Amino acid sequence: MAIIQIKGVAKQYGKVHALHSIDMTIADQEFMVLLGASGCGKTTLLRIVAGLETATTGEVWIGEKRVDKLAPKDRGIAMVFQNYAVFPHLTVYENIAFGLRMAKMEQKEVDRRVERTATLMHIEGLLKRYSGQLSGGQRQRVAVARALATEPQVLLMDEPLSNLDALLRMEMRAELKTVLAESNTTTIYVTHDQVEAMSMADRIAIMNGGKIVQASSAVEVYRNPAAHFVGSFIGNPPMNFLTADNSGDGFWQVAGVRVKGPDTSQKSIQFAIRPEDIVVHGKSGDGSTASEGAFTAGVRILEPLGSHLLASCKVDDQLFRVVLNSDAEVQPGDTLQWSPQADRVRWFDPETELALSTV
Amino acid sequence: MSEAHRFGSGPVQAAGPWSRYLFTGAVVVLCLWVLVPIYLLLVNTLSSPEAVATYPKRALPEFDTQSLAFFMNYAGVGQALWNSIKVATVTMILSIGAGAPAGYALSRFDFRGKDTFRVLVLMTRAFPLPLLALPLAVLYIRIGLDDSILGLALVHTTLALPFAVLITFSLFSGIPIELEEAAWTLGCNRFQAFIKVILPLVLPGIAASAIFAFVISWNEVFAAAVLTIEHRTLPAFLLQGLAESPLHLKFAGGAVLVLPALLFIFLVRKYLFSMWGIANR
Amino acid sequence: MYPRSLPYLLLLPSTLFLCVFFLYPFGLVAWQAFVTDTGQFTSEFFVEMKSHWKFNTAFTNTILLALAVVPFQVCLALYMATLVNGMKRGRDLILYIWTIPLGISDLAAGIIWLAIFEQTGFLNSMMQGMGFIDQPVSLLSYQNTGMIFLAILLAEVWRATAIVLVILVAGMGLIPKEYYEAAEVFGAGRWKRFTKITLPMLKPSLQTAMILRVIMAFEVFAVVVALGGTNLPVLMGEIYTWQFDLQDANVAAAYALVILLISISCTLLIMWGLRTPKEARV
Repeated sequence: MAIIQIKGVAKQYGKVHALHSIDMTIADQEFMVLLGASGCGKTTLLRIVAGLETATTGEVWIGEKRVDKLAPKDRGIAMVFQNYAVFPHLTVYENIAFGLRMAKMEQKEVDRRVERTATLMHIEGLLKRYSGQLSGGQRQRVAVARALATEPQVLLMDEPLSNLDALLRMEMRAELKTVLAESNTTTIYVTHDQVEAMSMADRIAIMNGGKIVQASSAVEVYRNPAAHFVGSFIGNPPMNFLTADNSGDGFWQVAGVRVKGPDTSQKSIQFAIRPEDIVVHGKSGDGSTASEGAFTAGVRILEPLGSHLLASCKVDDQLFRVVLNSDAEVQPGDTLQWSPQADRVRWFDPETELALSTV
Repeated sequence: MSEAHRFGSGPVQAAGPWSRYLFTGAVVVLCLWVLVPIYLLLVNTLSSPEAVATYPKRALPEFDTQSLAFFMNYAGVGQALWNSIKVATVTMILSIGAGAPAGYALSRFDFRGKDTFRVLVLMTRAFPLPLLALPLAVLYIRIGLDDSILGLALVHTTLALPFAVLITFSLFSGIPIELEEAAWTLGCNRFQAFIKVILPLVLPGIAASAIFAFVISWNEVFAAAVLTIEHRTLPAFLLQGLAESPLHLKFAGGAVLVLPALLFIFLVRKYLFSMWGIANR
Repeated sequence: MYPRSLPYLLLLPSTLFLCVFFLYPFGLVAWQAFVTDTGQFTSEFFVEMKSHWKFNTAFTNTILLALAVVPFQVCLALYMATLVNGMKRGRDLILYIWTIPLGISDLAAGIIWLAIFEQTGFLNSMMQGMGFIDQPVSLLSYQNTGMIFLAILLAEVWRATAIVLVILVAGMGLIPKEYYEAAEVFGAGRWKRFTKITLPMLKPSLQTAMILRVIMAFEVFAVVVALGGTNLPVLMGEIYTWQFDLQDANVAAAYALVILLISISCTLLIMWGLRTPKEARV
């Protein structure tokens, strides 16, 4: 129940810049996911908000309070750790009650809260056990219950699901989403798993090299990547990029085809399209007439993935992936004729790596 | 840490019965090599003073406590025993008291000078520490610590402190920092988190390293002999009388020195290996 | 989130302690060895030490003992460690038995082996029982320094192999077993696995163990006194004699410097001989 404001937060370890001046506001009760590859600074940023690490410069505000000089205990936060950090010498009950006891809450209230959160996380039967007697998934639940029991203004989660196996992770993902939707906390959730990010987040902040590259809704980062990095990081398979050479008047030469694009004076930019936004007309030489201005792609490798068939091709000697129907009759060596869905084509500036508007 | 099946015990073993016998034989011989001398000392200790001096020796004890009784009532033994316990206890308290905070700092913080401190601790290994007793003997006379329990305990602490630092370092490193961080986010300050979360988890290990410090002091002979005259510890007392005292006295004294050590090693056995695993680094 | 001074505060007690009781006394001992009570710089204490008839024997004996004991111990401990690691059941029990001497002081070890080697001891009794001798032989007399040497050697090997074993077993525990499995798949036998994987990866542990043991070997004292009295002089025993019986702390300090010197040179030698480049560590 608080807005989080991050103002100009930077972190330097010696000469290494882990975070470059980050500015971000997270709305009240928003679920914000920090997404990025390992070493991008997402966990550092989370730990700075938690107070486990000190920013080199910048401010952190939670609600009306500036907290970056406060100890973690005074920030009104709770945190769920990647390895759960369930105290091994305490029972599940005492683990969940830990924060409440530190707040000197009455026993009756402690009982009530422990019971409520334990029920919420479906661990009411395990209250007397020790962490050594629990499975990974159960420990995960205890860790979340312990964080929620303190009814924090801000809930911070550091890759909470990454130590679970795939099936359990999917189950917990859905469950966490429900539970967190009911608790009115503002959440920052760190993950390197884009599916997790997209399925849970209100907003995703994609980080790279200590910077936030884009912070938008899942659909927005997928459809309209703000930078080359986002396009190549989000989506499996990621976006295709082809070099486009300026042929004047806002037209670009892409793999031998003239395409209308942004009207800039640069010599060459990048043409981008997602693999599933490609319309395949047929194979060269099978009699079907290629439509005027169609692209060609030489099929190299085919990967049948069940729901679809992924073809890795070469277009103008650049790697190019196409998603086909799983029953498409294609062989390696074939040449596909294709064209992009016009409204899905994106353009990027190769120098700034940022998206170019077409208008 | 399960260290069983470390190697040499791969899934398929082509070794025949002979190599199996050889293996078992070697293990048994080595066990006997360790145990028989201790057993023989105990035979002597549990025999009457006359039997200790007779020849040839029998391989079984008489279960006669006269030698032991004689030893325990021998002038100065009780006092020496009591001095040993006092020195070892002070050593234990000092080395854990100074060593554990250092171990914690090494395991939890990155700071300038960390490596210098580690070198200082590791350097103690490359020096023959009992020699410290020589200059300190002179110094102690000047500051009035000569022939005192505390003076000797301070030297013994120098012996035990590096171990205490390294063992506690490995103990604290074995506890995920996230446990502490979780406690901070749940309303603890650093000190509370240490008391409520870290301490209960490391206490058995701390006890083991305390026992280790106790044994180091209990066994030390050279510094004890150099630094004390009236307040001799048991090893120093035995060493001093080694030339004159009768055999049964020596053996009973040896047994009294050995037995507590056996018990201590049994108590700390779990920690011996993990602590050296880290100390190698 | 902590004050910058916190780690230093935590280190303060032990640092102070080591400075006062470790660094300072070693400075002091050097001072004592070179400077007279009146503040005169001199080498007379070394001359006195060197010219004493026992110095050469004590020096040689100490070095010889170390040379005989340490390599033997390292090999024995290596063998014991591989035995333990090949064990399926009873590993903990065997390890406990083998590490028992760890808790036994050098004095106690000397007394234990005295029970075996003294004139009416178990060794004589056994030899008589088997008919090798008719009457007890004085094994540890001053005419028989070879036997005293052997007794000390056995007592030292018996007592101090445990510490090497502990260090090596701990070190072997750090070697991932996948390396052995990989070597086995590529056809390496037991011996090849030992020489190509165990030994090289055990170098840091071997280094620690050998430094520790060599230093301890130069400090050998109570075992020698218990078994040989003054019949087999060693450096540490001479220090004790000069400090106590002859009441000459300066010459004792000169002796101490000799031990210090050989200890440090051996440490450096071992560190150099068993060095592992930083990039090649596990």
